[in-house]
Amino acid sequence: MKILVSVKRVIDYNVKVRVKPDSTGVDLSNVKMAMNPFCEIAVEEAVRLKDKGVASEIVVVSIGPKAAQEQIHTALALGADRGIHIETDEEVQSLEAAKLLKSVVEKEEPKLVILGKQSIASDNNQTGQMLAALTGMGQGTFASEVVVEGGKVNVTREVDGGLMTVALNLPSVVTTDLRLNEPRYASLPNIMKAKKKPLDNMSPADLGVELAPRHSTLKVEAPASRQAGVKVADVAGLVDKLKNEAKVI
Amino acid sequence: MSILVIAEHDNSELKQATLNVLATAKAIGGDIDVLVAGENCGAVGEAVAKAEGVSQVLVADNAVYGHFLGENLGELVAGVDKGYSHILTAAGTTGKDFMPRVAALLDVAQVSDIIRVESEDTFVRPIYAGNAIATVKSTDRIKVITVRPTAFDPVAGEGGSATVEAVDVVKDAGRSLFVNEELAKSDRPDLASAGIVVSGGRGMQNGENFKMLEQIADLMGAVVGASRAAVDAGFVPNDMQVGQTGKIVAPQLHIAVGISGAIQHLAGMSDSKVIVAINKDEEAPTFQVADYGLVADLFEALAEFTDKLAK
Repeated sequence: MKILVSVKRVIDYNVKVRVKPDSTGVDLSNVKMAMNPFCEIAVEEAVRLKDKGVASEIVVVSIGPKAAQEQIHTALALGADRGIHIETDEEVQSLEAAKLLKSVVEKEEPKLVILGKQSIASDNNQTGQMLAALTGMGQGTFASEVVVEGGKVNVTREVDGGLMTVALNLPSVVTTDLRLNEPRYASLPNIMKAKKKPLDNMSPADLGVELAPRHSTLKVEAPASRQAGVKVADVAGLVDKLKNEAKVI
Repeated sequence: MSILVIAEHDNSELKQATLNVLATAKAIGGDIDVLVAGENCGAVGEAVAKAEGVSQVLVADNAVYGHFLGENLGELVAGVDKGYSHILTAAGTTGKDFMPRVAALLDVAQVSDIIRVESEDTFVRPIYAGNAIATVKSTDRIKVITVRPTAFDPVAGEGGSATVEAVDVVKDAGRSLFVNEELAKSDRPDLASAGIVVSGGRGMQNGENFKMLEQIADLMGAVVGASRAAVDAGFVPNDMQVGQTGKIVAPQLHIAVGISGAIQHLAGMSDSKVIVAINKDEEAPTFQVADYGLVADLFEALAEFTDKLAK
């Protein structure tokens, strides 16, 4: 079966995020960019399903500027077979991303679509669910285990109270949580081979989607920072502060 | 304006987060209705009818909603057509699962995890794991919103007298089936609404050592949490994780033990009123946000702390 994986280009998770002085957004100039960590987990899961013989082909799609091809190449080096780049310099919001992915799904007809549960940039946690709704697919969100068998996929989900398993008819959408797997690193030979793998380029208009943002960001500010407090010498000092100064115990 | 709040509950009890979301609705202003969808959830409907400020409670009681599957809840909520200007729910794992489906079915965007209401169409939400705070204006005709419950003080759970009406709509998308769940059994309160949280990190070394934290939690009426590092290391299950991708907590007191303080954990604890850090590494980033820091061997410190509390 065919698996479609979407990946997003975001600020590398090790980079300290800085807000621009004019409050218009986060400073992205000269900042290291990388594949969103949840998307790396999505790629890894698809590759593992291919290693197990469950998947026959992995198509990776990314929406974003020309530079997003770097993240597609990373996914190809990790084991995806083919790339689709939906190129735009515009800001793409979750609903629009879901509409773009929907039209890719209609063309490619994958049995499984795997996405990260959220990007570490906008933290929206929406696109997978929206794609599932627009295509009428079921969804296994925040997955910590994915088992495909007998025309269904069983997804174990990380929920507030613990774990919950659902069985979904194929095709369906899975969004990844942190503990689904530990992504591999791409080897140098695979990075070289990835350059020869097919990569299609298209625009949102080619897919019949007009980008029409529904939100505008009025300002972006740094969070109120907490001041470091005092060091106490010992446990007795700590208990004293908590009882008599903070009055919380 | 009229606002629909989707209640969070477990079919028998209303979750406190719903009262926090009702406070968000109150801040937006307008008539407030609540939808309770579940199976044998009549008691929840009665409970939320007593909450402050609720006009009407709609109860959709059917087996298809019993496990809160996103496919079915999405269709149900998107189909409740009473001219609501806002649809709100808590940004827990249930709300995060079904709400984007509601938005997509209504062809509107969603504003996720808001922490403040500026006006009826403008909301404040954390991005980049809380390292930046965005003010977002929505131009959609219906505002679909998930709310970070700890950012709003709950409305009173008693004193109201809303009408309760059954909603006889059965939406079964037929795409998913509940198989099973493994929910942590605990007599302690929810992490997300706990007054005191004692959380452990990789410095706890193993799951066995978390018993020391449980002992302290029992003495203080607290709840035990964990950093992502401790969960990833397999010391404790995922439902204990505090942080941007785990649970956001806002207790009166948060004691972080053996947690170095990765950015994303700090983001999940920064709303705590008083933070205590106990770590043997003087340079640990947690000390930068802690009101009280203790540099010490944490096992010795925990033993002594337990003794002092027990007295």
